Amino acid sequence: MAGAAPTRLSSIYGWLLESKNGLGLLFMLPAAAFLLCFLTYPLGLGVWLGFTDTKIGRSGIFIGLENYEWLFDDPIFWLSVYNTLLYTTVASVLKFGLGLWLALILNQHLPFKNLFRAIILLPWVVPTVLSALAFWWIYDSQFSIISYVLMNLGLISEPINFLGDPTNARASVIAANVWRGIPFVAISLLAGLQTIPQSLNEAAALDGATPWQRFTKITLPLLSPIIAVVMTFSVLFTFTDFQLIYVLTRGGPVNATHLMATLSFQRAIPGGQLGEGAAIAVAMIPFLLAAILFSFFGLQRRKWQQGASD
Amino acid sequence: MSRQTISSDPIAVNDDVTGLDQFSTLTRRILVVYLPLAVFVFVLLFPFYWMAITAVKPDHQLSNYKEYSPFWVVEPTLAHIKYLLFETSYPGWLWNTMLVSVASTFISLLASVFAAYAIERVRFTGARVTGLLIFLAYLVPPSILFIPLAFIVFNVGIFDSRLALILTYPTFLIPFCTWLLMGYFRTIPFELEESALVDGATRWQILTKVILPLAVPGLISAGIFAFTLSWNEFIYALTFISSSENKTVPVGVLTELVRGDIYEWGALMSGALLGSLPVVILYSFFVDYYVSSMTGAVKE
Repeated sequence: MAGAAPTRLSSIYGWLLESKNGLGLLFMLPAAAFLLCFLTYPLGLGVWLGFTDTKIGRSGIFIGLENYEWLFDDPIFWLSVYNTLLYTTVASVLKFGLGLWLALILNQHLPFKNLFRAIILLPWVVPTVLSALAFWWIYDSQFSIISYVLMNLGLISEPINFLGDPTNARASVIAANVWRGIPFVAISLLAGLQTIPQSLNEAAALDGATPWQRFTKITLPLLSPIIAVVMTFSVLFTFTDFQLIYVLTRGGPVNATHLMATLSFQRAIPGGQLGEGAAIAVAMIPFLLAAILFSFFGLQRRKWQQGASD
Repeated sequence: MSRQTISSDPIAVNDDVTGLDQFSTLTRRILVVYLPLAVFVFVLLFPFYWMAITAVKPDHQLSNYKEYSPFWVVEPTLAHIKYLLFETSYPGWLWNTMLVSVASTFISLLASVFAAYAIERVRFTGARVTGLLIFLAYLVPPSILFIPLAFIVFNVGIFDSRLALILTYPTFLIPFCTWLLMGYFRTIPFELEESALVDGATRWQILTKVILPLAVPGLISAGIFAFTLSWNEFIYALTFISSSENKTVPVGVLTELVRGDIYEWGALMSGALLGSLPVVILYSFFVDYYVSSMTGAVKE
């Protein structure tokens, strides 16, 4: 008996260090522990909290779908859903269009190409909150530099109320989001563009294809797999955006810029209704799943395009 | 003529460089390439210029556009930066951010190296599925995790401490780093490992003596990227930290320097500028690593 325990221990040791699965388990342990404790468990806990009336400092009880029923009748929640969809759609389309344009420009033969590439990534490197503060100052209701320039040009007679008017505020936060998102889209698409052989373009040009035809028939189809992935990431991050709105408007004026993420924060942390906040966060999951599935099929198509079997 | 060049010097058949550019005229190039590029660069950089110029502008010039051009500064002052460094908790926030970012980056890299190696090279049962799960974990956004995490952090008793951030940041760093490192490990030839195995090396020796030295560029990419991500993190720090001395730069600047209705734009912009500098400096040294980690995360 005394000898059995060490033998079993050493056999477990041997299994851990020698066999594939033992070693794999051992190596996966730190990452798996972190992700299970702080990612999988919270994800499940979040879903559970959505079914309870937990408040800050008070553990809640199971109340079924009450949070969701409450949200269903809450016009502010539906406004935030509408805002999120609007924000994501408009910002993503603009980011894609402008980002692709910038990528195409950078793909040309340019002097100081690497310098430009480095400069263009800057908005993406700087912390969002800090660059959003700069935008806050640019959007100031009295001393906005944009208003100043437009007034000096004689285009407007009084300063634009960027963040005080619902429509202006929406446009302003979208503009700031696009500003921050363009570099990511442009540089990623540029990497994709660089893998397209110029010889294809040259051959098409010799056959008499116009630049527009070359763009739509060669560049876009070859770029589409990477476009799918980049845009999925972009849509995901825009959909769940929090920082920019929190800095610029905190959801105002009259909830016109409240996204689901900011509404969830406002209800849960300053409002103390953890359960309701969690329910709003859970309501975002179906949209995220849709985006992930879209990405999955984008990747599938890529395999097929490369001639690999499924 | 071109045929001659091809046959005499096959290396000259290069696929990139000018391509069809040689056919476009200078005017056309200015209109199609340089002008839009200039506009892009101007728009992308203007907020930084505005941030920097505000940070050194004396207060009386900030609100007086009639006598002083807003685009330039006469008599630049360091008063805002001095105020920030000596009369607010800003240095403490910088230190907190640095500490949290370095610690969480280090933890994430360590865990990710093992995980990526196990998934990519040990090939245990279910390695492929694990790899896919890691990728999915990367797609889980912090804005749906912060409420349950706040609940956990509070119950564990590490609410309002830097430890809460050090332990939660790896949730988005580990998936990213693992995914990136998997790609790097994949490019290292199997044969190297096999010959080391034949020579009697253990798995541990292979990892530390063969794989890791070859994966240094990948480690640098993952490391600086993870550092930047933790430096930029906002929602967890905003939720989990309440006392001033534990705040990070983004949270501190936003919650403590914005008081009431009178915005001290000079101090705010100095705070934003100083808080951006560490990542920008790091970025300027490792531009190529950033680009490769960003595109590496997007490519399969």
